[in-house]
Amino acid sequence: MEYILIIISAIFVNNVVLAQFLGVCPFLGVSNKITTALGMTGAVTFVIVLATMVTYLIQIYVLNKLGIAFMQTITFILVIAALVQMVEIILKKVSPPLYQALGIFLPLITTNCAVLGVAILVIQKNYNLMQGVVFGAATAVGFGLALVILAGIREQMELVNIPKGMKGVPISLITAGILALAFMGFAGLV
Amino acid sequence: MAKTESTFKNMFLVLSGISLVAATTLGFVYEKTKVPIEQTNLNKKLDAIKQVVPSFTNNPTDDMFLLPTDEGDSLEIYPAKNNDEIVGYAVKTYTNKGFSGYVGLIVGFKPEGSIINIAVLQQKETPGLGTKMAEPQFKDQFNGKNPSSFAMTVKKDGGQVDAITAATISSRAFCDAIQRAYNTLQKGGLK
Amino acid sequence: MNQLQNFTKGFFKENPILVLVLGTCPTLATTSSAINGIGMGLATTFVLIGSNVVISMLAKIIPDKVRIPAFIVVIASFVTIIDLLMQAYVPSLYEKLGIFIPLIVVNCIVLGRAEAFACKNTVLSSLIDGVGMGLGFAMALGILGSIRELIGSGSIFGYKFISGDGILVFILAPGAFIALGYLIALINRIRKAN
Repeated sequence: MEYILIIISAIFVNNVVLAQFLGVCPFLGVSNKITTALGMTGAVTFVIVLATMVTYLIQIYVLNKLGIAFMQTITFILVIAALVQMVEIILKKVSPPLYQALGIFLPLITTNCAVLGVAILVIQKNYNLMQGVVFGAATAVGFGLALVILAGIREQMELVNIPKGMKGVPISLITAGILALAFMGFAGLV
Repeated sequence: MAKTESTFKNMFLVLSGISLVAATTLGFVYEKTKVPIEQTNLNKKLDAIKQVVPSFTNNPTDDMFLLPTDEGDSLEIYPAKNNDEIVGYAVKTYTNKGFSGYVGLIVGFKPEGSIINIAVLQQKETPGLGTKMAEPQFKDQFNGKNPSSFAMTVKKDGGQVDAITAATISSRAFCDAIQRAYNTLQKGGLK
Repeated sequence: MNQLQNFTKGFFKENPILVLVLGTCPTLATTSSAINGIGMGLATTFVLIGSNVVISMLAKIIPDKVRIPAFIVVIASFVTIIDLLMQAYVPSLYEKLGIFIPLIVVNCIVLGRAEAFACKNTVLSSLIDGVGMGLGFAMALGILGSIRELIGSGSIFGYKFISGDGILVFILAPGAFIALGYLIALINRIRKAN
């Protein structure tokens, strides 16, 4: 029950992009086609789950033990950067087709604030390892959902006549705003 | 000066050097800010305690003790004494049921169990909606009520609490935190 | 490019948010009021100045292949410093900005300036670039925060001059997207006209 609550709340009610504003840059950047949106989601899910696990263990067994919790930011970002590098190298060796699909998104993920954001939130919310991983995965799904919906709308918008000044970023932002408005309707779920 | 080459030795030396300098600087800043940060947090707590209990002559933070809750963790209880006579308890309580999770309150109880006043310590609720929990229109409705005879749930759930408009979740969470404080005090045998 | 142009480019011509559209996450999240927006902007400015100066000094001795990790360590150190300082001296603002203070480290503007400007220019130019870009960012955040606060709660910097609650949705998440969308559209229009 507790896990279901975490999942629903992370995907719909507190959607990572539309309610918490994490990962907005890639949200605007790679949402012009559904296929790229799906690729990005895959890569992000992979990295978030892995990063949440590793940063959680480091926080509990290294930072807290040594009493240097203030080094959290610097440690987490380095761990995430290293993880992304490692995933890239391993994928290249082990599964070239998967690397082909996700490869170009991987370097972008280090600066995706959703990854670092989730890692810090898991610590702040006092989750245990299992809850943290579930929260991370659900957040990534929420990210993917928002991304795919926006990509779908933007594909349709290609065909529409939009005022010059509104083209590109502004109209995407306003569309995202209306999406966020729709997502607010989920607030009653939990 | 020529650009350093990307040999393994150079990369290792430069990265370790930078990390070492960074860690030392951070350790230094941490030591310097440690006392002010503790002081700020303490002042905030003291201010809140002063708001929720009658005037006292002791130092509540020195007399602080812990009482276990039903959930297995414990709450900080700050007794307020006026010339050795207990005039109230300030209870630092919390809930995780807020719209954005954690909400921290300090609730002042009279020795017989009725609420004196409440102060919000920490909340991340929606601005303009849930944040109204810190305003007197909402939080002062609990003053003078005794949770043993006052149904500590919102009217929508059959209780006696007027919820904040469009922020029922935050209002429920607020009640949950107060109830936790009351139950813990009762179970601890303090009336 | 002289130093004056170098300083002013961050405000309009290359404004990080309104023209380059970088660092949108903190922009949307922290502008629910004017004061929060400016606070976030100034915290970012501090990090930007610090990292620009240090990186321009170290640019020669950092080998190319470990450039990015080295930059990240420098940036993360400055972020932690401002994090601790704010926690100690402006606790109420620190609480409101919350998780977005540590997240300055992944703000594309900071790493972007390090990579595109600081590692190729002198210390002085990098310092000026950092101040200009940072204040340009803070200005944009202040403007957006004022707009949202005015429509959403009828006040600016906490001074109320329209009674009543305002259009609440502008303080909430959807209003952030919509207000920024229209603001960028307006800037696009002005730039086209010039």
